[in-house]
Amino acid sequence: MSEAILRIENLSIGYDAGICQIHALRSATLEAHAGEVIGIVGESGCGKSTLAAAIINLLAPNAIINSGSIYYQGTDIFSLNKDAQRKLRGQDIAMVFQDPMTTFNPVLTLGDQLIDFQQHLEGVSISEKRIRATNLLARVGIPDPSLCMKRFPHELSGGMRQRASIAAALLMQPNVLVADEPTTALDVTMEAQIIHLLRELRSDYQGAIIVVTHHLGVVAELCDRVYVMYAGQVVEQGLVDDIYHAPKHPYTSALIACDPAHFEEHTPILPTIAGRLPDLMNPPQGCSFAARCVLANELCRTTVPPWVKISQTQSALCHKASQ
Amino acid sequence: MFSAVESLMRTVKSLSRDPMGFLGLGLVVMFLLMAMLAPLISPFDPLKINVQSKFMEPSLAHWLGTDQLGRDTLSRIIYGSRTALSISLTATGLAGICGLLLGLVAGFGPRWLDNVFVLLFDSISSLPMIMFALAVITVLGPGTGTLIVVIILISAPGYARLIRAQTLTLKNSDFVLAEKSMGASSGRIILLHLLPNVVGPLVIILSMDIPVVIMLEAGLSYLNLGVRPPTPSWGNILYDGYTSIRSSPTLVIAAGAPLVLATLGFTFLGEGLRDALDPKLQLMSLR
Repeated sequence: MSEAILRIENLSIGYDAGICQIHALRSATLEAHAGEVIGIVGESGCGKSTLAAAIINLLAPNAIINSGSIYYQGTDIFSLNKDAQRKLRGQDIAMVFQDPMTTFNPVLTLGDQLIDFQQHLEGVSISEKRIRATNLLARVGIPDPSLCMKRFPHELSGGMRQRASIAAALLMQPNVLVADEPTTALDVTMEAQIIHLLRELRSDYQGAIIVVTHHLGVVAELCDRVYVMYAGQVVEQGLVDDIYHAPKHPYTSALIACDPAHFEEHTPILPTIAGRLPDLMNPPQGCSFAARCVLANELCRTTVPPWVKISQTQSALCHKASQ
Repeated sequence: MFSAVESLMRTVKSLSRDPMGFLGLGLVVMFLLMAMLAPLISPFDPLKINVQSKFMEPSLAHWLGTDQLGRDTLSRIIYGSRTALSISLTATGLAGICGLLLGLVAGFGPRWLDNVFVLLFDSISSLPMIMFALAVITVLGPGTGTLIVVIILISAPGYARLIRAQTLTLKNSDFVLAEKSMGASSGRIILLHLLPNVVGPLVIILSMDIPVVIMLEAGLSYLNLGVRPPTPSWGNILYDGYTSIRSSPTLVIAAGAPLVLATLGFTFLGEGLRDALDPKLQLMSLR
C-alpha cells in the first residue's frame, strides 16, 4: 500500500479535570491513504470527537497530549510551530462540523465567508476567489450559487448550510477532510442527500476523507475502512465488509446487533449493550469492554488485550479474536 | 456598500413606524442641522459683547433676549449646540472605539489579560462619576480636551464590559472554531468575525449614552470645569442665567429647553433604534 497521508501513532490524550485526568483517547493508531474514506464509529464519549479535534489540531485548552504523534505526509504536526500548524489547517486538513446551523458567522454573507476562507491563497484576486467559491457551491449541489453567495446563513436551510460547509472545507483542496458527525444534526432525508453528495465527491476528490459518526448506516454507505472505537481506544479496524459481516471484536458485534436496520422481525424491545462505559478517569486494568462483554473471562479483566491480526486488512484488540 | 444603504433605509423605515423614535430622529436631525449651520442661521456673533444692551427681554431683534454682557442668547444657544454635539459625539465615539478594542482583547485574549482588564474596568466604574471627573480636571486643568478625556475614561469601561461579555459567548461558538479550522489567525477572527457581531449592541448603547454625555458636559461647564468661557455652552449659559435668575429668567429657560430637548431626542432615537434593530421585535410588528 502507498504511504499514508495521515498516520496517527499511539495517540493518548487526556482532559485536565482539576484533581484528575480524563483519559479520552488511549493509544489510538490510525492510517488514512489518499482516495480512501475512513469511518470512525463508536458511542458517545468514546473519544471520536477528541480524535477529530486532534487531527485538525484544535483541541480544547485543557487537553493534554500524553503520548503519541500525528504524521501528516511524514511530518509530525505536533512538532510544527503554531504558525505552521495554523497554515496546515484549512489548506491541508479541513473539517466539516456537526451543526451546520452554527458553523457560519451569522452577520456576514456566505460569499464573504467563503472568500475569507481562501485567505492563504496568494496571488488570487477577490473576484477569482468569488468565482472559485461560486463554482464549488454549484459543485455541492446548491441551486443558483451566485444568489446563495449573497445570502446570510440564516436564510438557508440546514441541508443547504451543510452543503455550503462542505464546500467551505473543500475550498482549499485539502488532502485530508475530516467530517465530524456531518449528518447528525440533519433529518433523515437531508442525511441521505449529504451522504449522496459525499459519495459523489469521492470520485473526483484526491485526498482522504475521515468520517466520524455513531451511525453505522452512514459508515456502511460511505466508507472503505472502519475504525471502531470504545472507551478511548480503537478496538477493531478493517474493511467495511469485514467489519459488518465478520466482526471479531465482541463490541463491534454487539454494536451491529443493536442497529435497527438489521432486524428482520418486529421486536417490542430494542436490544442494547448492558452496562455502561467504564470510568475514563481510572480506565480498567484489562480490556476496557470486559465489564460488558458476554465472552469475558478472568484474563480479559486483568490483562490488556493484544492486537490480533485476523487478515491483511482486519485486526481487533481482543483476547478472543483469534478464536 | 449597497447592502449597507439598504439596511439603513430599512432601519429608517421601521423607525418611522414608531412615533417616539421618529420624534427623536426629528429632534436629533434638528440639532445636527443647527450645529452644522450655526454661522449661517445665528443672527449675531455669539461672542460680541455689547454692554449697553445687557439683560434685554426677548424682542424682534434678539428673539431670546441678551445676557449679562449683552450677547445675543439665541446665537449663543445655536453655537452651544455645536459645543454640545461636537463634544458628545467625539467623546462617545472615541469611548466606543476604546471600549470595543479593549473588550475584544479582554474577551478573546488570554485569561490573565482578561483579569487585568476586568480589574481595571471595575475599579474605574466603582469611582463616583463626578468625583472622578473633578479629580481628572484638577490634574489636567479644565478645557474641552480634558472634558473629552474625562468622558472617555468614565464611559469606556462600561462599553468594554459589554463587548467583553459578548466576545466571551461568541469565542466558543462553532463558527469561530470553523474559522480556526480554516487556519484563520486570532487578529483575523477578532476583526473580521467578532467585530461585526458585537458592534450592533454597542451602537445602540452609544446612542443612548449621548444624552448622558451632553448632560455631563453641561453640568461640568455649569461648574466652570468644562468648556471655558467665552465659548458658548448650554452649561455656562445656564450658569450665567442662574446668577441673574431673579432679574432675567429667560436666560435659564433658553438654555434649559435645548438641553431637555436634545436629551429627550437622543434617548427616543436610541430606544427607537434598539427596537428597530432587534429582529425579534421587528417580527412582532410585522404580524
